[in-house]
Amino acid sequence: MAAYNQSRSNIIRLAVIISFSVIVLQLIYLQLVDRRYKQLAMDNAVYAKVVYPERGIIYDRKGRAILNNTIIYDLMVTPAEVKGMDTLDFCRLMNIDTADFRKRIIEAIVKNTRVRPSVFKPMLSQELQARFEENSWKFPGFNLVERPLRIYPFNAAAHILGYVREADKRDIERSQNFYRQGDYIGKTGLEAFYEPVLMGQRGVQYMIKDNKNRIVGPYENGEYDTAAIAGRSLYTHIDIELQQLAEKLMSNKVGGLVAIDPRTGGILSMVSGPNYNPNDLSGSEGSKNFSRMQLDVSGPMLNRAIAGKYEPGSTFKPLGALIALNEKVITPSYGYPCGGRYTQCGHGKPECTHAGGGHAANVRLAIANSCNAYFAHIYRLTVDNPRYKNVYDGYLHWKQYMNAFGLGVRLGVDLPSESAGGIADTSIYNRENAGRWTSCTNLTLGIGQDKMQTTPLQMANAMCIIANKGYYYTPHFVERLENEQEQDTTFLNRYKIRHDVLTYIPTAAFNDVIEGMSDVVKVGTARGAQIEGIEVCAKTGTAENYTVLDGRRIKLPDNSMFVCFAPKENPKIAIAVFVQNAGFGATWAAPIARMMMEKYLNDSLSTRSKADSARIEAANLMPAYFKRLQYREDSIRAFKWFQTTRDSTYIERYTKVKTAATSYSQAVALTRKGSVGTERSLPSAPTKPAFADRRPVLAAIIPERSLFFKKESIQ
Amino acid sequence: MRNHSSTISKGIDWSLIWIYLALVVIGLSAIFAATYQEGDPFLQTFLAFKTDYSKQFYFFLIAVVVGFFILLTDSKFYPATANFWYVVGLLFLLLVFPFHSRIKGTESIIRIGAFNFQPAEFCKLFVALALAKYLSRPETNFNLPRAQLLAAFIVLLPAVLAILQSETGLALVYFAFFMVMYREGLPAVIPAIAFSLALLIIASILIPPNVLALLLTGVALFLIWSSRRQSRRRRQLFTSIILIWAIAVGIQRFAVPLIFEKVLQRHQVERIYNLFGKDNPYDPMQTVLSESDAKKKKESGSSYNVRQSKIAIGSGGFFGKGLLSATQTRYDFVPEQRTDFIFCTVGEGFGFAGSMLLLGLYLALLLKMITIAERQRSVFSRVYAYGVFSVFFFHVIINVAMTIGLAPVIGIPLPFISYGGTSLLTFTMLLFVLIRLDADRQMVLR
Repeated sequence: MAAYNQSRSNIIRLAVIISFSVIVLQLIYLQLVDRRYKQLAMDNAVYAKVVYPERGIIYDRKGRAILNNTIIYDLMVTPAEVKGMDTLDFCRLMNIDTADFRKRIIEAIVKNTRVRPSVFKPMLSQELQARFEENSWKFPGFNLVERPLRIYPFNAAAHILGYVREADKRDIERSQNFYRQGDYIGKTGLEAFYEPVLMGQRGVQYMIKDNKNRIVGPYENGEYDTAAIAGRSLYTHIDIELQQLAEKLMSNKVGGLVAIDPRTGGILSMVSGPNYNPNDLSGSEGSKNFSRMQLDVSGPMLNRAIAGKYEPGSTFKPLGALIALNEKVITPSYGYPCGGRYTQCGHGKPECTHAGGGHAANVRLAIANSCNAYFAHIYRLTVDNPRYKNVYDGYLHWKQYMNAFGLGVRLGVDLPSESAGGIADTSIYNRENAGRWTSCTNLTLGIGQDKMQTTPLQMANAMCIIANKGYYYTPHFVERLENEQEQDTTFLNRYKIRHDVLTYIPTAAFNDVIEGMSDVVKVGTARGAQIEGIEVCAKTGTAENYTVLDGRRIKLPDNSMFVCFAPKENPKIAIAVFVQNAGFGATWAAPIARMMMEKYLNDSLSTRSKADSARIEAANLMPAYFKRLQYREDSIRAFKWFQTTRDSTYIERYTKVKTAATSYSQAVALTRKGSVGTERSLPSAPTKPAFADRRPVLAAIIPERSLFFKKESIQ
Repeated sequence: MRNHSSTISKGIDWSLIWIYLALVVIGLSAIFAATYQEGDPFLQTFLAFKTDYSKQFYFFLIAVVVGFFILLTDSKFYPATANFWYVVGLLFLLLVFPFHSRIKGTESIIRIGAFNFQPAEFCKLFVALALAKYLSRPETNFNLPRAQLLAAFIVLLPAVLAILQSETGLALVYFAFFMVMYREGLPAVIPAIAFSLALLIIASILIPPNVLALLLTGVALFLIWSSRRQSRRRRQLFTSIILIWAIAVGIQRFAVPLIFEKVLQRHQVERIYNLFGKDNPYDPMQTVLSESDAKKKKESGSSYNVRQSKIAIGSGGFFGKGLLSATQTRYDFVPEQRTDFIFCTVGEGFGFAGSMLLLGLYLALLLKMITIAERQRSVFSRVYAYGVFSVFFFHVIINVAMTIGLAPVIGIPLPFISYGGTSLLTFTMLLFVLIRLDADRQMVLR
């Protein structure tokens, strides 16, 4: 029986060999051909842990760290390992109740599973951290994890230093994926400008993880790891004490202040009001404060010292005098018979605060007395100079002077988002005046108005040019870098080049103007800026301004401005101070500048200044209309929120009706009752029915759509 | 005495024993790699019987002792007691029902003290003996359908009991005995039918039912058309074509869905479908799940095992990562890897070279078994040898194919390599009884 089936053993042998061949082929494919599995295994089991280097530190001119790093601790929990501990004891230690404890544990499990650690309590206070460390042995499953944090030991220089935040999608795209999700990146200020220097170089540690993503240990004993290289520090020109004083003086004011050392172009201090404490954006409340500040209409995040555009007004006059002198349209002894107003253009404007008495008998007097007629006139003489073909040509020459003074151009300070200010081109006047205009059209350019916009930084730099008699160094903060490399030196050299932009103006002309500015302090408008033993040269400025609020044009208090440098011989500091809606230049801006100079040159304040500083610090000059603006912005936002989410909690605050508006029509009805809040203390326009058909609620809350600042100013 | 001991070693095929020892050593080191944790006090845990590799080592010692005793026995003992053992095995299988313990969804384990004991595993030996005994009876004429049916009954009875214990994997092993029957003269048409059936089932998984029905109809019509000229036995041919067509469509349209829906459990159907890269259409949850949920579910299910297993083996490369540097197997990425997925450890740790060595050992073992079977004088020994071969063949091929994604995930161990005392002992006994019988190959056993 068996014999005739014997051939079948060969068939079975064949089946065995075929089966094995199939398996071998698949193994060849898996192990030798397809390299994908190697990568997949790496992804599976090897975790590339990014090691963040310490960011660079920023020092002031005396080597004090004004921006430093600290380490704060997050309390982490691995729920699976929390066993057999005294929960009550733990809760007492951490100041939480047991319900909260349970909630946090559940949150941790939901977020990261039982076996992986998640944050139990972020950013422990030092006290809690110390208490936990003493008792940590009692609480299995809990441990502390370091987190680096930026701190500002002097609570100052927020706008200069800027802040770091997690890189967003745009940062990541712009860096071509160099930055990754979760990386910190400098967003503004020096943090942003010197980001490549400050950030250092990331390192990578390869760790082995198991099937539950738990770290088991280093991969191949760290053979493939790269070490992180710490960021390099910046040494700046900032004088932190001066900065603190400036911030104190500028508190509760809107405006900008810049103090530069004319000898180097190094910025000693720069303040923008309203200001904020940089530590507010770091730490546990950071995100909350950030969004609050972003919604603030007063713009605490805006650096007005480099991005605020102001008409310089009278502070421009020394520049106008220099140009006229150099163009030889006037001589130092040139006088103008001002009778209280300028009449040669037919409309009697601009007016002048003085009348007669020879208050503009020569350049020096005209500066000291700030004669509007005089400077309007010499502006006209400059642009109507017969040397040039016509007024357009003359204007372009004048504009070249402006640009040489650093107005209407970016100076190139080492901060991001610097504004160029604005000096209008002839094309703009051509367009606005149908191609026909004369020097009378933009006459007030001579007194720093019309289409002239400057930043505080530009005016401080212009003071440097006058103080240096024709040259300047690009204003900058950073003097040198730690461990400077060749390309760094090349970069920083741009701040060491002397720009001889106006040295061709005769020294005599500078001397005349400087004498006039000195007289301003001695006998003129800025007597309040006198300092015992130091000769100060300065010019005040006061600009009227208006805004349109709720459809009405309202007059605001004047902008108070002051530019100066000191001492007269070998100047060491040049300052520009702009305080919005404060009043006369001499009342607010001048004493602020004086105290700055005192502090910097004498290293202390006189008793008079101490009293003044208390007065100025206490003064709240925040414009009242901000409140109304804020109310409007908030209510629009609340309405939009309601429109998209149908959640009426926010809009109720503005409808002042307690019952919740559950539907759109209900909200409309509620708001139509006329209970929409308007603050009576502020001017507000009547409701306009034009919007009522389409967007009734919106129309009720927002009477007028088109209103941001429209400012007009007259000296 | 001396005389006796010389007869023990006489005729023993040592090559089998060497292969056996090599496989057990590979198995122990693989289990060691899969379960050893850094910093384990090696000796202490080893002696304390605490770790899997030490347990397996002790199992091995027991197995060697048992093997030695088998070599001491008389060959006649086996044909004489084969039926008795078969009945004992069945009793044990039945005993499981009142005494089983639930471990990981299996209900096939009897616990005696610290030992778990799996009768379905053991029963393979008894079935091999019983089948050999039945086919070697002088009065059995295996050419008769009645004898064939009875043999199938002997083999499938334990399989049915195993299925009742939800041990589908172990039950499938018993189907391997049909290879023995094929060798002993089962008509070739039966494997052919089985093969066609398997093809039909695979086709009905891969091709939508209506399309497949149309295809089958098309094929049937083509066959009728092409054979229309044939005058002789024309009607008979037509009838058989139509009959086969009807059966095929019936299976594909009704039987397969019925089995998948009603007979098999959901995870089993899922494994079969996953093997072909498809979702289980009979899963009532399937339609409810969103896409991402479905994906998640898929990753957590059996396809996750296979995926991780493929990653582990694939990342081994040619020479492997070294036993203790194998990241995938050492950090538990592959589930069940000390038991059913032990081949991953070998594949990752020793690479292609190591896998080839292991497969080479198995191939040598299997071919040797066929050679041994063919050189037996007695039918009993030959049938038993083929039985042992079939069981080993099925285990090796299905287990390895499963870890590299060629077969559905069926929980059966890799002989001598996988962790597990019962399985090691069973395979050892299967092999040593074969060696014992082979030593007396000149004898005619009844």
